[in-house]
Amino acid sequence: MTEERVASLRNRWFTISIGGAAATALVGFLVGFLWLPLAQPGERFRSAWDAICSAAGLLHQPSSSEQIVTAGYPMTRVEVFPQMFAGADAVSIGRGATLALRCTMCHGARGLSDAKSPNLAGQYRIAIYKQLADFKSGARASAVMAPLVADLSDADMRDLAAYYAYLPRIANSAAADDPPRIVGSGAPLRGIAPCGACHGEVGHKAGAAWLEGQPMAYLRAQLEAFASGARHNDIDEQMRNVARTMTPQEVDAASRYYAEHP
Amino acid sequence: MWNSRRLVLAHFWVAFVGFGGALLLGEWQMYVRSPLAAWIGDPELYYRSVTAHGTTMAYVMPTLVAMGFGYFVTEQALKRPMIGLRWAWLGWALAVVGTISAIVPVALGRASVLYTFYPPLVGNAFYYIGLVLVVVGSWIWVALMSANLYRWKRDNPGAPVPFPMFATVAGSYLWGWTAVGAALEILFQIIPVALGLRDTIDAGLARVLFSWTLHAIVYFWLMPTYIAYYTIVPRAIGGRLFSDTMGRISFASFLVVAMPIGIHHAFEDPEVGAGFKYLHSVFTALVTVPTLLTVFTICASVEIAGRLRGGKGVLGWLAALPWRNPAMLGLALSFVMLGFGGAGGIINMSYQLDATIHNTQWVTGHFHLIFAGAIVIMYFVIAYDIWPHLTGRALDGLGLMRAQLWLWCVGMIILTFPWHWVGILGMPRRMAFYDYTDPTIAAQAAPVVMSVVGGAILVVSAALFLFVLLRGQVAPRLAPETYRFSVAVRPPRTVPAALNGLGLWLGLMIALTVVNYGFPIAHAIATRGTAVPAIMVGERR
Repeated sequence: MTEERVASLRNRWFTISIGGAAATALVGFLVGFLWLPLAQPGERFRSAWDAICSAAGLLHQPSSSEQIVTAGYPMTRVEVFPQMFAGADAVSIGRGATLALRCTMCHGARGLSDAKSPNLAGQYRIAIYKQLADFKSGARASAVMAPLVADLSDADMRDLAAYYAYLPRIANSAAADDPPRIVGSGAPLRGIAPCGACHGEVGHKAGAAWLEGQPMAYLRAQLEAFASGARHNDIDEQMRNVARTMTPQEVDAASRYYAEHP
Repeated sequence: MWNSRRLVLAHFWVAFVGFGGALLLGEWQMYVRSPLAAWIGDPELYYRSVTAHGTTMAYVMPTLVAMGFGYFVTEQALKRPMIGLRWAWLGWALAVVGTISAIVPVALGRASVLYTFYPPLVGNAFYYIGLVLVVVGSWIWVALMSANLYRWKRDNPGAPVPFPMFATVAGSYLWGWTAVGAALEILFQIIPVALGLRDTIDAGLARVLFSWTLHAIVYFWLMPTYIAYYTIVPRAIGGRLFSDTMGRISFASFLVVAMPIGIHHAFEDPEVGAGFKYLHSVFTALVTVPTLLTVFTICASVEIAGRLRGGKGVLGWLAALPWRNPAMLGLALSFVMLGFGGAGGIINMSYQLDATIHNTQWVTGHFHLIFAGAIVIMYFVIAYDIWPHLTGRALDGLGLMRAQLWLWCVGMIILTFPWHWVGILGMPRRMAFYDYTDPTIAAQAAPVVMSVVGGAILVVSAALFLFVLLRGQVAPRLAPETYRFSVAVRPPRTVPAALNGLGLWLGLMIALTVVNYGFPIAHAIATRGTAVPAIMVGERR
């Protein structure tokens, strides 16, 4: 007995199944790519083809006459990604050490000081580089830092970052105690991720600074500056969004915790 | 003739031991994020556990059950020794080695990326390599199913392929094709990053490729369950299968409509156009066709059994059914969960309605009710039904089996109904920590505690299940009678060629995949500047 041919126009299973699938796809296409897009109020397609392209997910190319909205203040221009600095280079560290002589007044001879300015010893390279670049571009305002970075080249800033990252951090002397809730768990209902998820304790994200052992006054001042918008060089408003919704008690707890560790 | 017994047992034991362990992790997760427990403080531990739970339950357990059951069906339905037994053992070994390779980095906190991978998160390479090994092992199974069917058809030209084999091969082809999406994502996008060869990844493309796998994989999990509905239950309750042809049409249409629908998992993803989302929504709606065909055919088959047992009248046959039979009970409970889960699924597949429950606990509730509920309860029924034929020993304890199935259904409902509810209230999924002292979510505390109780009932049920099977391993030996599948009311003498092979349906499956996925994938690949830096998981400080 020979089996009937499936792939034949005389086989009804073949014609009905393929015809049915094709008809479903066609009707779906007409509704999803033409009728629904054109029926949307507020959409202004120049043609049916425009609607199809939009429904297919093609990117809209803005015409030159369209206004692009920009912020009313200088924004950071540093593109941060985890792999932006490869391994440390001894020459770079050496050059950084020479350049760092101008920083010692506030940041200490070995990146540590009691001046309530940030401790830089062992800080992440990306964090240092980004802040220097932002001071230079004006994205982060500081009357003290602005003149000091004005003549730094990109290579100088990379060298400084390499040098400070190379210096040893303060030895961790404090007994490990549980971090306050804002540091360890955040405040999910207000969309606040744990501080520790980016700044140490739970994890680390590229661009975020190492906060442990920083002066409490400095940490609190930065959170307040983010909350008021006076500081605005954070990428995608991440820190401003967090700081705006933190309570004064949480600001205090987080600053104290990081200042006291180690 | 019956030479794959140990092979099938090996598959089932690995699957069920993994299932038991992963279930405990699931209940632990429920507990630690409920108001009953103090916050563990380290979200990483929680995500580690979620990754192990999901990886085992989604990739390892159902794949091994489908493979083992497939080998069983091959020999029992074709009534001849399976070819490729050594290859089958190789497939099993790959799955076992792959599972270990994947779970070790997860246990060490090096791959807490959840089983859905979520690039740009990237974990340890051995996690992904292990999963690839599991998939390769299962592809050996796909090839063996196909080869055995091919040989049988060559030796029996023109004869109707036994329905259990037709359905099993359909399931294997579905898996073979649906696994391709995630395989492409892992091999070409994730593993190069995990090995340090690249440091950026296109997360949008990865999500589209994963959606290729993510929905049809559910139908792959469903296949053993549907095969049991059609080929085990009617026989086990003393009835007949209402229609062999309906069964074939159901499995053929599953092949066709299971694939071109996965983008409904990416409704909120900006990189896919709204037109394709709509198209996938339309095809998702078509899944109701094989589902309702099956519900109708199985209800009709059960009615036949009820009437053969003397049931009369419009509903009298229901009372006459053998409710003390675990297969009957399992089927009924499975249908209850399938009904509720399916109804919830209609919300998920609707482009606008989905927005209200997207990324909430509703979704977790939905897929647990369908997969862990309706599907897995039939895995239990399958195991109970074929265990004596695998061990050559009696499997006693019908009362225990019934209690186990009841506990599973009740536990699953107590687990998932509150999840649906808190999802509507807006409780997000995939979060490690909830502060129930906050008045905004205080109302969610009680339903969450109910879920923990539901999970505990499931743990008891699973322990009973493993106990019954273990006892079956040491019971007195007996010579089981020849295994039989359900017989149709009208056993097929001839079958249309289109329903005696899978070529037409495979062709449609691939063609519709190309139509519905071709452009979104090509567009994502062609669009420049969409790759983002990978975030390596497990690197601290």
